[in-house]
Amino acid sequence: MTTPEGDIGGQPAQSPILSARDLRVQFAGGPGAGRARAVDGVNLDLYPREILALVGESGCGKTTLARTLLGLVRPWSGEVWFAGKVLSYAAPSLKTYRRQVQLVLQDPTGSLNPRHTVYEAVAEGLRIHGARALGSFTDEAAKVADALSRAGLRPPERFFLRYPHELSGGQRQRVVIAGALVLDPQVIVADEPVASLDASVRGEVLKLVLALRDDSGLSALVVTHDLALAWNIADRVAVMYLGRIVETGPVEKILRSPEHPYTCALVSVISEARGKEPVILGGEPPDPARIPKGCRFHPRCPALASGAAVAAGVEASCRGIDLPILPGGSDARVACHLYPISS
Amino acid sequence: MSLLEITDLTVTYPSASGPVLAVRGVDLAMDEGEKLGLAGESGCGKSTLALSLLRLLPRGARVAGTIRFDGEDILTMGWGRLRAVRWAAASIVFQGAMHALNPVRSVGDQVAEPILVHEKVPKAAPRRKVAELLEQVGLAPSTARAYPHQLSGGQRQRVMIAMALACSPRLIVADEPTSALDVMIQAQILRLVDRLVTDRGISLLLISHDLSVLTSACDRLAVMYAGRIVEEGPAGQVFSDPLHPYSSALAAAYPRIGDATARRNPQGLPGDPPDPSHLPEGCSFQPRCPVALGECVRTDPPLWPAGPARRAACVHVRDSCPGAAHG
Repeated sequence: MTTPEGDIGGQPAQSPILSARDLRVQFAGGPGAGRARAVDGVNLDLYPREILALVGESGCGKTTLARTLLGLVRPWSGEVWFAGKVLSYAAPSLKTYRRQVQLVLQDPTGSLNPRHTVYEAVAEGLRIHGARALGSFTDEAAKVADALSRAGLRPPERFFLRYPHELSGGQRQRVVIAGALVLDPQVIVADEPVASLDASVRGEVLKLVLALRDDSGLSALVVTHDLALAWNIADRVAVMYLGRIVETGPVEKILRSPEHPYTCALVSVISEARGKEPVILGGEPPDPARIPKGCRFHPRCPALASGAAVAAGVEASCRGIDLPILPGGSDARVACHLYPISS
Repeated sequence: MSLLEITDLTVTYPSASGPVLAVRGVDLAMDEGEKLGLAGESGCGKSTLALSLLRLLPRGARVAGTIRFDGEDILTMGWGRLRAVRWAAASIVFQGAMHALNPVRSVGDQVAEPILVHEKVPKAAPRRKVAELLEQVGLAPSTARAYPHQLSGGQRQRVMIAMALACSPRLIVADEPTSALDVMIQAQILRLVDRLVTDRGISLLLISHDLSVLTSACDRLAVMYAGRIVEEGPAGQVFSDPLHPYSSALAAAYPRIGDATARRNPQGLPGDPPDPSHLPEGCSFQPRCPVALGECVRTDPPLWPAGPARRAACVHVRDSCPGAAHG
């Protein structure tokens, strides 16, 4: 049942299970500010049995993109596709959709109700979705036990009556994951799943995400600012900057030999311990209500500052011409004037 | 003589179920101008250790042992002397600058506060000094008029660093100064701290759970687990060739990109860090240790010498370094 190693992240023959098609999400800005273009034209495909890491700094729009893919935010324009159909925002179909695409939040302490037992926390989704959600199971308790043990809490019955405060951080995160698994989703969207966990516990939770793909055939979109996490578990990575995907492709390609100056800088700062000189970008990510003209990265771009863009004769484009939106798919692509625009 | 010398430090917190040992006999020394990284996870006692250096622990905490700063014992000195030591001799940059800054006072007032306390100057005088400090940490002097909520996380952390520098201390303790920040901002802050302490010859005690961050910023590393130092040595060696199995686990938790062994193979430890009020028998790491032996359940190993300037508290180190048996 396991896909051979080489196929993962290569050229999946299947069609995507979850897609963003030219997705745009805008929020009203503050007084005097324009609309914040949190997601500013994104094509993204998640294939069956694939782990895709969506990487970027805070404020880049990655969480908004994830929430839009979950149907929690309605796009301003563009579409979300799931299993070959465009997502409809009518209540009944949205309810079905939310069973199939489940969210796993960061900070399990905040996302669990402190007055609910582990059993109640996991069973809640089942109760919302009714008998259909039980699948081949006859009773709720058996279904909850199955989800807990798939999330690595074994024997599950021992955890039924525990409260969140009686659990460790790693166990709480597993309860949150069990709450998603109990509905037999095809896709999980995990927002910083290990950011609040201790270093030694982090690996175990990441192993669980890998195991869910290998054993249950789940697809996962992991939203993170942590490139090491992508190296640990993802097949493919999409790097987001100020509302757009600026570089995407297989993890080995993008993290070993990144092309976009932004990805290069991100990779260099976490590889610092290896003795390479890091490229530290100055300033802070700009405001999505004031996206710069031309390439949105140009005010911070080390390639422009170093003269590489001038030498390549693209400086004027960097400052004046916005890049086309990258298409979806699994191939490596980069949105930078230094590289030939791939179609 | 070392600038800072901690000997057999023990910190006990009272609790409803009896005293809890947060720090259990720590020996640590720092030279003038040295950068020491202290690694460990939540609850291992690293923040308690940092707070005890300036006697900032909550009332009720019992501290034993000695902490000598430039030869003077911090734990027994009088209040007047302690006030002089805080900020002026040693200062702390806390994690979570949002909570460490006062939300209703301007940045300038807060940076000026340690100067007004320590240097007998008229109230208006520090303005120029504040502007200088803000510039040194990469902020516009006009930031002095801003309030903490108007700044980003990275800018707030820069303000904290400006405060720490205000009275030209000889030691700065930075407790997870970058843990809530994005990787790029984190790199900016670490580079800033490194430049400032190197230029001024200030000693730095940097505390983090991320061994790779500490390795790139520090000369020496100490790894803490369940209230004890379990390994100590030159930063590069501890990171690339850890001797204690817990240090190995921490080093592997954040893989280096390009490291083929970590690809699709996240490394972690079973179980969780122990509850300080219910420490396991013997070596406190033994229940999670992948290489535990029978004797580990019975004896808590001391820090054995393990090569030049290295120490580790593991029976495997004793067995592989014959000279260590006398340690």
